[in-house]
Amino acid sequence: MAQLVCQNLSIGYDGKAILNDLSFSVNAGDYLCILGENGSGKSTLMKTILGLQSPINGKVMTGDGLRPNEIGYLPQQTMVQKDFPASVREVVISGCHGRCGFRPFYSRKEKELADKMMEKMGVGHLSKCCYRELSGGQQQRVLLARALCATQKILLLDEPFAGLDPKVTGQLYELIDELNHRDGITIIMISHDINIALEHASHILHIGKNVFYGTKEEYVERGAWHMLVGSGGGKE
Amino acid sequence: MNAIFSKLTMYMQYPFVRYALVVGVLIAFCSSLFGVMLVLRRFSFIGDGLSHVAFGAMAIATVLKVTSNMLLALIITVVCAILLLRTGQNTKIKGDATLAMLSVGALAIGYLLMNLFSNSSNLSGDVCTILFGSVSILTLTQTEVWLCVVLSVVVVSIFVLFYNKIFAVTFDENFAQATGTKVELYNLLIGIIVAVIVVLAMNLVGSLLVSALVIFPPLSAMRIFKSFKGVTICSAALSVFCALIGMLVSILGGTPVGSTIVAVDIAAFVLACIIGKVLRRWCA
Ligand SMILES: Nc1ncnc2c1ncn2[C@@H]1O[C@H](COP(=O)(O)OP(=O)(O)OP(=O)(O)O)[C@@H](O)[C@H]1O
Ligand SMILES: [Mg+2]
Repeated sequence: MAQLVCQNLSIGYDGKAILNDLSFSVNAGDYLCILGENGSGKSTLMKTILGLQSPINGKVMTGDGLRPNEIGYLPQQTMVQKDFPASVREVVISGCHGRCGFRPFYSRKEKELADKMMEKMGVGHLSKCCYRELSGGQQQRVLLARALCATQKILLLDEPFAGLDPKVTGQLYELIDELNHRDGITIIMISHDINIALEHASHILHIGKNVFYGTKEEYVERGAWHMLVGSGGGKE
Repeated sequence: MNAIFSKLTMYMQYPFVRYALVVGVLIAFCSSLFGVMLVLRRFSFIGDGLSHVAFGAMAIATVLKVTSNMLLALIITVVCAILLLRTGQNTKIKGDATLAMLSVGALAIGYLLMNLFSNSSNLSGDVCTILFGSVSILTLTQTEVWLCVVLSVVVVSIFVLFYNKIFAVTFDENFAQATGTKVELYNLLIGIIVAVIVVLAMNLVGSLLVSALVIFPPLSAMRIFKSFKGVTICSAALSVFCALIGMLVSILGGTPVGSTIVAVDIAAFVLACIIGKVLRRWCA
């Protein structure tokens, strides 16, 4: 069975659907890029997949031995209280709490993991700093480090590149590629950059008036005119 | 100085003074631990609302002449906390309104009940005691002290055991839920503990001043420290210190216990603000 299956999914708020009848499945090791205009419901879809809000219709199923505590998530916006006192290290290591279960404290392995991820994201030197006093891009990297701590199998990223400088963006793409290819972590990413998405992803989900789901090659074949003309042709 | 000291030693010989000190320190400690989280989640108000519910419960207990009115208040408040957290989880505004309704309603009904059914000669004195806790801490029975000690131990051990979860759930509830933490379970646990703390704290400072005990030490600590751990530890230490000073002053000066503790807390807050400003200037 696939790692993640969405079946006839309708999503929206307060019983009003934004997207109807969405069906697709993600296999282990896939690199899925979700494209779509502002307000088309990408973030909503991701929240529904994560179980943060319930679908209006249809269902989301996990399979292939994927447990809920093996998901890494980078939200589009984190509404952290402006006055929340938390050091970078505390934030990053809080990504590990899913794997603790009911164990109250972090093990040495998890502490090392947090340190490693901070280094990887280039925020190691900030570890004692206060999270709320960082710049937007630095905060984004910290949250990414946290997401990397949380995941062993699947990583869901909602516009991970918002606010990052080009150098870090490039590094991050490489890092995600590496996680995908070497560690076999499934990636589901929301992005606005179609070109880069096409370069890295294996599958594309385009949502909007017309919904497309398929491999990158299929998307290239029919996607271009599909998007430009904006009518018909897309396969479910 | 010597006179003060001998006066203190004299007071220390009375068991009720010792009880009061022990209970006061324990309550200050517990409430400031969870206060950090309550302030950060904009739950400061829940302390207020629950304490009014506890006031209503105390009033009922007084009218019914239940012997251990602390236990009854505890049970009713915990039930209310659970109900509140269950209804007010997703729709924030609704939860807020419910809380306000409950808080004012309980206060009114409680006073009404006491007025109608109490045959105490000193009604306003009784009410004042519950609202401001002026003397009730000095009239604690040994059972109440033990109840308080046991509950404090439970509260503190839960806090230590779930410290990391509490941080995760407080910092980013969505992330915690998305990565497989049972957020609702922890919210429930937190609600119950807060209810317990509120009821305990009412004995010390009274129903109207509970929020002060919960809010001031964390706010002061947040002026100075920037990590969650630092704030938690500082707030607990500060709260215990202020409670001790406040109680000693009130014993020596004959001032009401609750208000004195809160006054010391306020002084500490002002001090912390100044220290925070100076530190920031130095570091920058
Ligand atoms: N909390 C909410 N309550 C009601 N409607 C909402 C809520 N959040 C979003 N919406 C609506 O749902 C639609 C989809 O929003 P969503 O955030 O999923 O868009 P998106 O595709 O992620 O856009 P963006 O590219 O800007 O991130 C929007 O039209 C928005 O108005
Ligand atoms: Mg979005």
